[in-house]
Amino acid sequence: MELLINGEMVHVPDHVRTVADLLVHFQLDQKIVIVEVNADIIEKPSYAEISLCHRDRIEIVHFVGGG
Amino acid sequence: MMLKIGPYEFQSRLLLGTGKYPNFSIQKEAVEVSGAEILTFAVRRMNIFEPNQPNFLEQLDLTQYKLLPNTAGAKTAEEAVRIARLAKASGLCDMIKVEVIGCDKTLLPDPVETLKAAEKLLAEGFIVLPYTSDDVVLARRLQEMGCHAIMPGASPIGSGQGIINPLNLSFIIEQATVPVIVDAGIGSPADAALAMEMGADGVLLNTAVAGAADPVKMAKAMKLAIEAGRLGYESGRIPRKRYATASSPTEGMSVV
Repeated sequence: MELLINGEMVHVPDHVRTVADLLVHFQLDQKIVIVEVNADIIEKPSYAEISLCHRDRIEIVHFVGGG
Repeated sequence: MMLKIGPYEFQSRLLLGTGKYPNFSIQKEAVEVSGAEILTFAVRRMNIFEPNQPNFLEQLDLTQYKLLPNTAGAKTAEEAVRIARLAKASGLCDMIKVEVIGCDKTLLPDPVETLKAAEKLLAEGFIVLPYTSDDVVLARRLQEMGCHAIMPGASPIGSGQGIINPLNLSFIIEQATVPVIVDAGIGSPADAALAMEMGADGVLLNTAVAGAADPVKMAKAMKLAIEAGRLGYESGRIPRKRYATASSPTEGMSVV
């Protein structure tokens, strides 16, 4: 399916069904990231439970240097 | 005497920003040398196609530091609240530096949106540290609202102009019932020492260290300046007088 990730339309394979799958797919599962799906922040314990749908709007953010 | 912000206590009164260092190794050393226990970060979109890009946060021993994410990039209260919630969802922090910029050129904070964001985030249980202008009444309003510290700017962010309105800053410090942390505009160790001598509880700076020719040495200088300024404040300086007072005895002088 296609997902709008960080403002960009991205194709992901069929086995990516949940937020947890998505993070594994992009090798982000061991990283400090925060995920939003359709403007809802997803808490870590729910990663495996939240299913993704075609054209969902995903934001994956992290901490960068700042003042 | 420790710096207390909400439920947390800190030995160091220097809060350090983590942006714009020449490289991670210099940054790491500067952070260590500074003695800072609170580090600020920004929240940004990740480049998902480069998961192995180095990230400074991941190189830190997070048991040694408290993270103070900022809401930089927000222009409205709504945006600031969203960024704060994202930061908290990391599970790594519950403090937030509310930063709502109202002017692109001066990067001065939008007081109305800052107030709104602070109110909302306090209601949600955040430890709220708003970056504010040096407006005395606004600082009081934020304090009365329940903010855990007030962070007036010394001068515009990254400008290095130091404390341009010491009078306002002194009023803010005098009326404060929560810590006052001078945030933004510090250029030199003298600026930081002055803020502390005036009675500020802490100093937050970034560019002054990150942009120095030798960031590691400047981090040390800032640490010492803040300690010196604090000690000076606690010891109570002498009043200024117009005329001299001799330090040596005026009695018992041999005839010259």
